[in-house]
Amino acid sequence: MSIRNRILFILALVALSVFYLVPRNVTVRERDLQTGVMRDRTEKRVPLKLGLDLQGGMHLALELDQTRQVSADPAHDLDLALTVLRKRIDEFGVSEPVIQKVGNERIVVELPGIDDPARAKGIVQRSAFLEFRITDETTALEKAIPGMDRVLRQMGIRGEKAAPGRPSAVEQLLGGDTAGKPAAGDSAKKPAPAALDTAAKRDTAATDTAGAANGAAGVLAGLIQPTQGGTPGEYMVPETAFPRADSLLSIPNVARLLPRGVTLRWAATPTSVGVESYRFLYALEDKPIITGSNLEDAQAQIDPLTNGPIVTFQLDRAGGRKFGDETGRHVGDFMAILLDGRVQGRPPVIQSRISRNGQITLTGRTLQEAQDLALTLKAGALPIPLRIVEERQVGPSLGNDAIRSGILSGIIGTVFVILIMVLYYRVAGALAIAALTLYVLFTLGGLSMLDATLTLPGLAGLVLSIGIAVDANVLIFERIREELAAGKTVRLAVDEGFKHAMSAIIDSNVTTVLTALFLFQFGTGPVKGFAVTLILGTAASMVTAIFVTRTLFLIWLDRKPTMATLSI
Amino acid sequence: MRLFANANYDFLGQRRWAYGLSIAFSLLGIIVLLIRGVNYSVEFTGGTLVQVQTTKPADVGALRDALQARGIPNAEIQTFGSDREVAVRARVAREGSDANDTQATGDAVGEALDATLGAGNYQILRTEAVGPKVGGELRQQAVFAILMSFLAVLAYLAYRFEWRFGVAAVVATAHDIIAAVAFIGFLRLEVSLFVVAGLLTIVGYSLNDTIVIFDRIRENLHKRKREGFESILNRSINETLPRTFFTGTTALGSLIALSVLGGDVVRPFALLMLFGVVVGTFSSIYIASPVLLAIETRWPGPDARGHLGPKTTTTAPPSRKPQPVG
Repeated sequence: MSIRNRILFILALVALSVFYLVPRNVTVRERDLQTGVMRDRTEKRVPLKLGLDLQGGMHLALELDQTRQVSADPAHDLDLALTVLRKRIDEFGVSEPVIQKVGNERIVVELPGIDDPARAKGIVQRSAFLEFRITDETTALEKAIPGMDRVLRQMGIRGEKAAPGRPSAVEQLLGGDTAGKPAAGDSAKKPAPAALDTAAKRDTAATDTAGAANGAAGVLAGLIQPTQGGTPGEYMVPETAFPRADSLLSIPNVARLLPRGVTLRWAATPTSVGVESYRFLYALEDKPIITGSNLEDAQAQIDPLTNGPIVTFQLDRAGGRKFGDETGRHVGDFMAILLDGRVQGRPPVIQSRISRNGQITLTGRTLQEAQDLALTLKAGALPIPLRIVEERQVGPSLGNDAIRSGILSGIIGTVFVILIMVLYYRVAGALAIAALTLYVLFTLGGLSMLDATLTLPGLAGLVLSIGIAVDANVLIFERIREELAAGKTVRLAVDEGFKHAMSAIIDSNVTTVLTALFLFQFGTGPVKGFAVTLILGTAASMVTAIFVTRTLFLIWLDRKPTMATLSI
Repeated sequence: MRLFANANYDFLGQRRWAYGLSIAFSLLGIIVLLIRGVNYSVEFTGGTLVQVQTTKPADVGALRDALQARGIPNAEIQTFGSDREVAVRARVAREGSDANDTQATGDAVGEALDATLGAGNYQILRTEAVGPKVGGELRQQAVFAILMSFLAVLAYLAYRFEWRFGVAAVVATAHDIIAAVAFIGFLRLEVSLFVVAGLLTIVGYSLNDTIVIFDRIRENLHKRKREGFESILNRSINETLPRTFFTGTTALGSLIALSVLGGDVVRPFALLMLFGVVVGTFSSIYIASPVLLAIETRWPGPDARGHLGPKTTTTAPPSRKPQPVG
């Protein structure tokens, strides 16, 4: 290859690197998994994105949480979850988020520069499954409780078996009961106070033999009572007894006793009745009248009447029609609004046919929480809940420190290399430095071309590779010196030096790339970045040492053809 | 200026000293490691790391008590510099337990920090939370990556050189890994993914260095058919000495800059690499070539000059001036 062609080739490489290092817009085409339509997305392409460890931010790895809900088609559900997350994070307004699938079971979400990690986690993890259900009017739960208590007794679980700290729950119930609210309506299933009293005291008086009294005071009967106010299917449990009641009700043999078509759901937040805190329990119709998949839009607002946050929503056309029909049939009934299986607020009575607009009242929440809820509702529900298997968060200040120290050590390392190269190899050393400058440009351009993210390990790899990249030049120069010492002419020594150093350069670099490939294959996140930098650095150093340095030497010899000694 | 030009040291003659030094260092380091245990980062064990910057010096004792009260008895608390930077490492108690435990652990650490420092009196610099399942996967992957890269190198060197070169190079590299692990034990470095990356980079660097010498041995074996094997080894090491020294110096220069200025996250990596460059250079001279000699003596190659060559040339007298390479 002539010197002219060599220079052209190098210039082409330089132009390519510069092209990739200049920011520009690119269009990404991808398939929307929910609608199945191809869509174009234009995004600003930033060369050499900084990793989270350098600019601060949050990294989450998520998996489908199949312990909470089994997925029939995990691969499809993961893809769906990916689309939903992408929409939510778009709405959340993070610049340059990374949301991608890793392997077949993990989604990695990277949110640079966020300042409220707990909120971000909530938005990513919330299932946001919205549904509307009519409350049960057949008093199915009350009818089922005696049977449930019988089953529990057979399993050896009795009212008095509450943990030593727990009887207070029962006493609280009694206290709350006798203090303020005379039993209204159906009080037949309510335990006689005397019986409960005995049950509560059995912890201390183990010799009590009032077996008949115990039989009447079943554990669930002692915990669950209907609320006052005429909402059918609404019950309350002391907040302190809520976890116990929940675990008792979810025992399969107990849950089985509820009639078909009725399910139990808990309220999202506790409610104060008098001075005590209660958790409301709802018996609801099994089939939701409508779910959030028909949702078109949602906004957070402040309710002018209560001054509390609400989320108003609009249903799409089909959803509106269905919702209108159902609510028309259920005028006078109570409708519970459920989010992720928890009832939000107290079910309102349906006054008239509702078509497309509705609202969710959030008691005791902030406006920001309402905004986040509106956002997740709009983006759609996750098919299966997600759980976080890996979480990393770097504050922005630590990232800035990392960049500063990385750059500083990089500069010092480079100055050191330049200094000893020029001192030791003179003009040849200066040529090598020129080649090294191109080496850095090529490596950065290559990283940008591969859309690589510059992480802290990557930066370290870059600094390190500058030190190692000199090696190829050193091999060549040492070889030329040997050839000169053997009495060869300058031209011949240079040719032979490059020729003989080649095998060592290739063999040693190939092995480096081999190990780096395995790093890339088995490493995750930051280590992958390191491996990419190492592979690219090695490749670029081979090109610059073998080709660029050689070309510079040829130009040098060409200008001074009669040179008798080489400045090396 | 030319350093180590016409060097003629009897490296092979000193190999017994080198073996002794290596074995002593590695054994001592591994004993230390066995006694004190490997200091794995939360990435490998599963668990939570929270690093915060506080407005006033933190009371480590109170923090420990607060953590204990929240069911985290064995958390590690580390302070940096002026006690204004605190890192809490809490490992997940049960291996193989559910990932939600990791979240619960993280929440408990947050509560403990709120209780001892007061919410708002500290700023979170970084957090990491890794489920034990992910951690276990990572450990396996790291070991697998190193073993696979050994196999690949063995195959490549067998193809480009000869099987005995491949074996010698892998033995030398394995030596470097053992020595680096011993070094980790001595300095009690935290084994993070980053440090594993460092180990693999040492593998790369050491191989690089070894192959440059092997390349010269390969060349000299062709060129000097009458010379003894040990003499050829010594000659090749000496001839490549200027390059070995120069490259080592530049790499060390960058790494010293990294370890002094690189910050807390990079420092363990830079220190390990610093050691790796030294031990990698040492092993290509004092381990790789002697092992090659040992293999050649035990299983003579095609020309088998180690045995059949002239007796006088098998041990080159150190005083003799080497011939310039032509």
